[in-house]
Amino acid sequence: MTGSMDLPAKGGFSFDLCRRNDMLEKKGLKLPGFRKTGTTIVGLVFQDGVVLGADTRATEGPIVADKNCEKIHFMAPNIYCCGAGTAADTEAVTDMVSSQLQLHRYATGRESRVVTALTLLKSHLFRYQGHVSAALVLGGVDCTGPHLHTVYPHGSTDTLPFATMGSGSLAAMSVFESKYKEGLTREEGIQLVAEAICAGIFNDLGSGSNVDVCVITKGKTEYLRNHQLPNPRTYVSSKGYSFTKGQTEVLSTKITQLKQTVEVAEGGDAMEE
Amino acid sequence: MSIFEYNGSAVVAMVGKNCFAIASDRRLGVQLQTIATDFQRVFKVHDKLYVGLSGLATDAQTLYQRLVFRHKLYQLREERDMKPETFASLVSALLYEKRFGPYFCQPIIAGLGDNNEPFICTMDCIGAKELAKDFVVSGTASESLYGACESMYKPNMEPEELFETVSQALMASVDRDCLSGWGGYVLIVTPTEVQERVVKGRMD
Repeated sequence: MTGSMDLPAKGGFSFDLCRRNDMLEKKGLKLPGFRKTGTTIVGLVFQDGVVLGADTRATEGPIVADKNCEKIHFMAPNIYCCGAGTAADTEAVTDMVSSQLQLHRYATGRESRVVTALTLLKSHLFRYQGHVSAALVLGGVDCTGPHLHTVYPHGSTDTLPFATMGSGSLAAMSVFESKYKEGLTREEGIQLVAEAICAGIFNDLGSGSNVDVCVITKGKTEYLRNHQLPNPRTYVSSKGYSFTKGQTEVLSTKITQLKQTVEVAEGGDAMEE
Repeated sequence: MSIFEYNGSAVVAMVGKNCFAIASDRRLGVQLQTIATDFQRVFKVHDKLYVGLSGLATDAQTLYQRLVFRHKLYQLREERDMKPETFASLVSALLYEKRFGPYFCQPIIAGLGDNNEPFICTMDCIGAKELAKDFVVSGTASESLYGACESMYKPNMEPEELFETVSQALMASVDRDCLSGWGGYVLIVTPTEVQERVVKGRMD
C-alpha cells in the first residue's frame, strides 16, 4: 500500500476499493446508482451514407441531471457513435476506441473503417462480460461504403439498414418500421430520424429535450447539434428573483486578492556588465 | 440507507459574469447524529480552480488529496496551473479507473479558464462528466437544489448578486434536507479576488 501513491497508475481499471465497498454493502449501505442516459438513439442508411440521431436527456434515477447532453460521440472523422446505458461507460469506451483508431490511422496511413471500430468495441465489451454497460449505435462511411451497426453491452453486434437502441427504442422503431424505405434522400433521411427521436422524446420518460442529428457521407460529416428544439421552456418568469445586497446573514468574510501575473517587457535595456 | 446518505452533503456551483460561485453546507454527520458543524467540502486546487466533493466524507478527503498530488506533479512538469477543462478530464479518468469499486463522491469542479471564462462541471461517482452553462448541484439535497437554482438563476449576474442568489438557493434547499445544513460556506471567485463567506443558517 505504501507504494500506491508514488506513481500515477498505468491505465485500465483498478480494483483496490472493491473489498472496502463489499464490506460497506454487507453492513447495509446501498451502493449508489450511476447516471444513465435513458435515451433514444437511432441510425439509418440512406442513399449516400448514414444518418445518426439521439435525444439529449441524461437521468439520475427519476431526476433529469442534464437537459442538453451530447450522446453522439466522435470516433473518427468519418465514423460517429451514439451511446445509451451508463453515461460514464459510453463516454469512456467511445473515447478509448477513438484514441485507438487515431493511433491505427497513424500506423497505417489510411482512413479508419467502421468494422475496425466495431471489432474494437465488441471485444472490449465482451471482455468485461456486460459489466461495462454501453449499448451503442455505430455508423460511418468508409472506402467500402456506408455501414450501420448496433453493439450490445455483452459484446454482440448486428448490422442493419436502420437501428434503434435505448429505453425509447420501441417508440423510435415503430416510426422506422412504418416509414423506412431503401434509397432515401438526405432530407428524407434527416426528417425520418428526427421524427423517430421525437417519438422517443414524447412517449418515453427516459428520453427528452432536443434532437441531435449527424449526417455522414463520403468525404463529409455534418454534426447538427440541437437540430430540433421541440421542448422550449415556457414558464420563465419575467421578473425573476432578485435579492438585495445584504439580504443574506453572513457570519464572517475573508477577501483574498489574487496575485496578478507579471508581464515581462520585451526589449528592455541590457544589463550593465 | 444509501452510502451517499451516510454523511450528508450539499454542494452547488453557479456561473456569473466573469466570475463563479461554489458553495457547500457545513455539516458532517454519521447517519442521523451530527459530529461537526465546520466541515470543509470545497477545496482549492489553485487560485482559479476549486473542487467541491459531496458524498462519503472519507472518500472526499482521499480523492482531494490524490487530486492535489496529481496537480502538483502537473505543475512541476508543465510549469503552469491546470486549466479547468483539463482538470475535469483528470477527475473523470481517476473516477472511471475505479469503475467497479468506486469512490462514493460526486465532485463539482468550478474554475476560471482562458480569458477568465467561468467553467463549471459535475460528474457522477464513476466520472460521467456533465458540463453546464448555468449551475450544477450535488449531494443529498440535490433535488431541492435543482428546483431552487432552476428558479433563482439568472444569466450574467455580478458577484454581489451571485453571492445572494447562491446563498439563498443553498439555504432554502438544505432546510428541506435533514442530512445537510448547519450553515453554509460560499466562495465567489472573480479574476482579481476570492471572497469566502460563512453564511448563517438554521442549526437543525
